[in-house]
Amino acid sequence: MLRVFLWSGGMEYFIELFFSGLTRGSIYALIALGYTMVYGIIGLINFAHGEIYMIGAFTSYIIATVLSIYGFPVLAIVVLAGFAAAIWSSAYGFTIEKLAYRPLRHAPRLSPLISAIGMSIFLQNYVLLAQTSDFLAFPELIPDFDFMEPVAHIVGTTDLVIILTTAAAMFGLTLLIKFTRIGKAMRATSQDRTMAMLVGINVDRVISMTFIIGSALAAIGGILIASHIGQINFYIGFIAGIKAFTAAVLGGIGSIPGAVLGGFVLGLTESFATGYVSSDYEDVFAFGLLVLILLFKPSGLLGRADIQKV
Amino acid sequence: MLELQHVHSFYGNIQALKGVSLTINEGEIISLIGANGAGKSTTLMSVCGIVKPRSGKITFQGQSVHHLPADQIVTLGISQVPEGRHIFPHLSVRENLDMGAFLRTDKDGIKRDLDYVFSLFPILEERSGQAGGNLSGGEQQMLAMSRALMARPKLLLLDEPSMGLAPLIITQIFDIIKKINKEQNTTIFLVEQNANQALQISDRGYVIENGKITLTQNAADLMQNPAVQKAYLGI
Repeated sequence: MLRVFLWSGGMEYFIELFFSGLTRGSIYALIALGYTMVYGIIGLINFAHGEIYMIGAFTSYIIATVLSIYGFPVLAIVVLAGFAAAIWSSAYGFTIEKLAYRPLRHAPRLSPLISAIGMSIFLQNYVLLAQTSDFLAFPELIPDFDFMEPVAHIVGTTDLVIILTTAAAMFGLTLLIKFTRIGKAMRATSQDRTMAMLVGINVDRVISMTFIIGSALAAIGGILIASHIGQINFYIGFIAGIKAFTAAVLGGIGSIPGAVLGGFVLGLTESFATGYVSSDYEDVFAFGLLVLILLFKPSGLLGRADIQKV
Repeated sequence: MLELQHVHSFYGNIQALKGVSLTINEGEIISLIGANGAGKSTTLMSVCGIVKPRSGKITFQGQSVHHLPADQIVTLGISQVPEGRHIFPHLSVRENLDMGAFLRTDKDGIKRDLDYVFSLFPILEERSGQAGGNLSGGEQQMLAMSRALMARPKLLLLDEPSMGLAPLIITQIFDIIKKINKEQNTTIFLVEQNANQALQISDRGYVIENGKITLTQNAADLMQNPAVQKAYLGI
């Protein structure tokens, strides 16, 4: 069966689908990290996280448009728009946590979840009213590199940039979590919040930092995918959010490597399903895979069912 | 050194402390004994700023601390080994110890204290690369105590250090508690259901019932007190 699929387009087609899957997977992974980190620290599914990504895309759209009017070089536009989007989205993430989640810290678990859904709807409508309901043509920020010319029909420059940027972001995140003070504080807080407070970790600050880092990653995902697809609107966060959330659950929610793995598994599945079956079946395969994996591994691919010793 | 005056604390709507007052002097070992749910752990959590007292005063070395956030209380020199040890399960033994020194910046001092806790519990040095969650109960208790010592506390709060441990290990743990008190001049506030062991190493003791202190005496007198013997010593 697989062999038939493979030969139905040849090796080149397979590689093309593979890279397109990696590209999608990168974006899912970048957003999924925000879900999984927040869940790991405070046990909340932050449903407004997709909107953070959407706001990142809009911010980079605005900055890129303004900068290109002033005739900035393309590379400068990409970098500046990316930074602006990351900072602006982080500010949103930070504020959302302060306003919508922190006052509910000691409330029953369902309350912040409802608050998160409310935040998501609010932000969608806020962007709808403040910006527009139309699709906006996103400028093509990433130029085609000449050296990519020979393989351009298989893997485009944007794909390559997305994959490499994601890899760099994840490498940076790994270093941050493994070796920095805030990273250690985040790991400790996610494992035992009361004990983290008892050793003197300012847990409120750790939670804020988690939202800031997760939001910045989502914003980077936002600018990358927007310049890849070429259009944005206020609703893109909802779809991407659901997919990235699926990726996080698939990989094991709360696990950082799990979110990355889940993102790539989901991206590749979608890409191959689209390429070999039909794009109509993309979501069927994606969510079918989710059901299948959770049936056999309920805590996700890399999730761990914690055993507590007394 | 530490003084609680009429402290009232709540867990949600349940009042756990109903006006607890007690005093601990520098260099002492003090035991707080009582039954399950009497308010022993809540007393410690109130001192550490995890549970905020609704009324009353807590002062440490003359400074009022009941309104301070937990991390500032650690900085002042109060560390707790909580009930159930609360080891970070996926951090290594070494990382758990490093977390104890989270607020410190004096690299040399941290190194010295690390050597000191390894001298108290050599087994921890052998296991320093293992995940904290994989240690046995006794080793976890040693790790939890060492982690608290890594903050170089002036006052060490211990919540049920003997819980769930074999008698031989319990004796070892209590010996070490005495040793820390002598060698480091660390004041010890011990909460125990194992009243016998606790009182044997203590200078004074308090008895807590239903969120109120009902009795305080020298440890030796408490052990002779018929009411205490009947209720807590099983005599």
